[in-house]
Amino acid sequence: MGKTGKKRVLPESAVAGVVSKGDIWAKLSLVIMGIANLRRKQIVKGCVFLFLEVSFLLYMAKSGIEALKGMITLGTQTQGWVFDEELGIDVLAEGDNSMLLLLWGVLCLFVIVAFVMTWRANLKSALEVQELEAKGKHIPGFIDDVKTYLDAKFHRTMLALPMLGVLAFTVMPLVYMILVAFTNYDNTHQPPGNLFTWIGLDNFGTILGSGGLISQTFWPVLGWTITWAVFATLLNYIGGILLALLINRKSVKFKPFWRTMFVMSIAIPSFVSLLVMKTMLQPDGAVNVLLKSMGWIKESIPFLTDATMAKITIIVVNLWIGIPYTMLITSGILMNIPESLYEAARVDGANASVMFRKITMPYVIFVTTPYLITQFIGNINNFNVIYLLSGGGPSTLDYYQAGKTDLLVTWLYKLTVSSKDYSYASTIGILVFVISAVFSLLTYRRTSAYNNEEAFQ
Amino acid sequence: MFNSGSMSRNKKMKDVASYIALSVLSFIWMIPIMWVVMTSFREESGSYTSYFFPKGYTIDNYVKLLTDNTQFHFTRWFTNTLFVAVCSCVISTFFVLAVSYVMSRMRFRMRKSLMNIAMILGMFPGFMSMIAIYYILKGIGITQSLAALIMVYSGGAGLGFFIAKGFFDTLPRALDEAAYLDGATRMQTFFKITVPLSKPIIVYTVLTSFLSPWMDFIFASVIMGDNYDNYTVALGLFKMLEREFINDYYTQFAAGCVLISIPIAALFISMQKYYVEGVSGGAVKG
Repeated sequence: MGKTGKKRVLPESAVAGVVSKGDIWAKLSLVIMGIANLRRKQIVKGCVFLFLEVSFLLYMAKSGIEALKGMITLGTQTQGWVFDEELGIDVLAEGDNSMLLLLWGVLCLFVIVAFVMTWRANLKSALEVQELEAKGKHIPGFIDDVKTYLDAKFHRTMLALPMLGVLAFTVMPLVYMILVAFTNYDNTHQPPGNLFTWIGLDNFGTILGSGGLISQTFWPVLGWTITWAVFATLLNYIGGILLALLINRKSVKFKPFWRTMFVMSIAIPSFVSLLVMKTMLQPDGAVNVLLKSMGWIKESIPFLTDATMAKITIIVVNLWIGIPYTMLITSGILMNIPESLYEAARVDGANASVMFRKITMPYVIFVTTPYLITQFIGNINNFNVIYLLSGGGPSTLDYYQAGKTDLLVTWLYKLTVSSKDYSYASTIGILVFVISAVFSLLTYRRTSAYNNEEAFQ
Repeated sequence: MFNSGSMSRNKKMKDVASYIALSVLSFIWMIPIMWVVMTSFREESGSYTSYFFPKGYTIDNYVKLLTDNTQFHFTRWFTNTLFVAVCSCVISTFFVLAVSYVMSRMRFRMRKSLMNIAMILGMFPGFMSMIAIYYILKGIGITQSLAALIMVYSGGAGLGFFIAKGFFDTLPRALDEAAYLDGATRMQTFFKITVPLSKPIIVYTVLTSFLSPWMDFIFASVIMGDNYDNYTVALGLFKMLEREFINDYYTQFAAGCVLISIPIAALFISMQKYYVEGVSGGAVKG
């Protein structure tokens, strides 16, 4: 870390640098990008800067300004029937499409940010060449510049494509959806037939505290999400560690065989195993049939059709995947417990159960805390188990678009796909983010993976 | 003497108990798997039967699944998925390795901020942006195509660099510095020093990114809509369970499940060592 600041000769803010120390050419680059480079015979670089500026200005003039305006109003003209004098009938007049207006607006914001970054790079470069010239040093040509991108600036080359991908497929959609949370883009405001508009924090009010059907859905669903995450995480964890201890007993033979038997349940795609389980657990499914034929029960057990029963079933079925997973991950840790700890305990006359409680458990808990937190957050967002197993059901009229076993994420999915209440879905997404963020910030920053990243280098 | 005898008997009892426990547990764990295999060979169609064991066994379900393409085109779905998986696996692996190497080895101004941003982005539920992604793809005009699917699976892959970065952090830095002293550029160091040393993490990254298109049916269903020809295996099998098909196709569904589970499970089990190293190396380091 200590080496980081060594090469930073440029001041923090390129703008201030240009204003205070820049010559006329550097100052001119505040307005005409690349002119300082052109003046010092960095023709290609200068032209690239100039070209970017011209195309940005053209874009802004042609559509950028419109896009920003559209993003502020989100459209004024509703689609509707207008009387056409010539034809003598009503014709459909195309209105504004708020969805597209918002999308172009977001795109325009990204273009502006990109331009500002290019502009700053241009200023920096202007200062750099000025300094080099003043010192009488060789001013790098285009080829030299390209070469630095394979060495000193290799990080930029490597990051360019991945970052472009992340921007296009993660950041931009996310920014769009976050903005949607502040609009009334629900199933009664669907473009192109209707406009939607900015409504500030109203959605958060509606979901958190209006007392309406949506907030009556939100709180129980949140409660079940947390309950589910706690139970799923803890039971998987305890079960997984016990299983790992069992398999790793010194006297147990064929360890790889036993491990494979259990790992099968993670190796099989979850949509296969969970959909199969879903069929097996129906009132007429294989499990009820088997229990009936053995004479243990007369009536089918409502595994997934009764609300409470469904919750228990989901947690139990999840053990089928979760226990082997924890076993797989913690086996390595268990085998790494220093043998000397046990020897010392044995000398002191400790028996097996004391050693387990005083050595094995504390060690394992200490080492696996980060894993536990990742799992907890993973379970809050555990879409597959709920969606494939119960589909959120049994359904109920007490909730808005949710069933009794829906988690926040599956509810979000239903709001998006079946009822098209995008604004509520986005608001819930933001709330889920807040929950995960609180849990991970509290803990992740304290783990050594974050703090001691250079410990092994 | 007596004491040690009782000790060893006690130990024997414990061993027997652990074998019994392991056998019972693995039997329970195997039930769903056995059931789906059994169903895939079942002669009688239908999703539910009033008995547990099938009355007759046949391989017709497999034959029909692979040859009868009137309603569902399984072989085509399979090639679709394989194509998408290979492409997105190549792209994602490159993205993940590039980002994690840079974050682990190079020091530059925005590094910490970029890492924090990546962590924050990862905390938003993935499905939240699904609809916006769909509209963006529609804007480019490539919905319902395999290219769209590849872009969705690999586009944001660069964010998943934390595990691989954890691995690179453990490679000794002295190696890189020796290479710089010998006049190697950063790029040469990456390809000639780091990549050859990173087999476990490369295998892990390849494995996870290759497998995800086989498992996903949510993004695939949003993007593909009703374009049956471009379905992936997971989405197609999911379709077979819709109300109008489930009765006629349940046994074929089971056959399809068995067919794709075998290679995936085999791949996973043979690579599990790398998987564990990948996951625990990044997350469970004491």
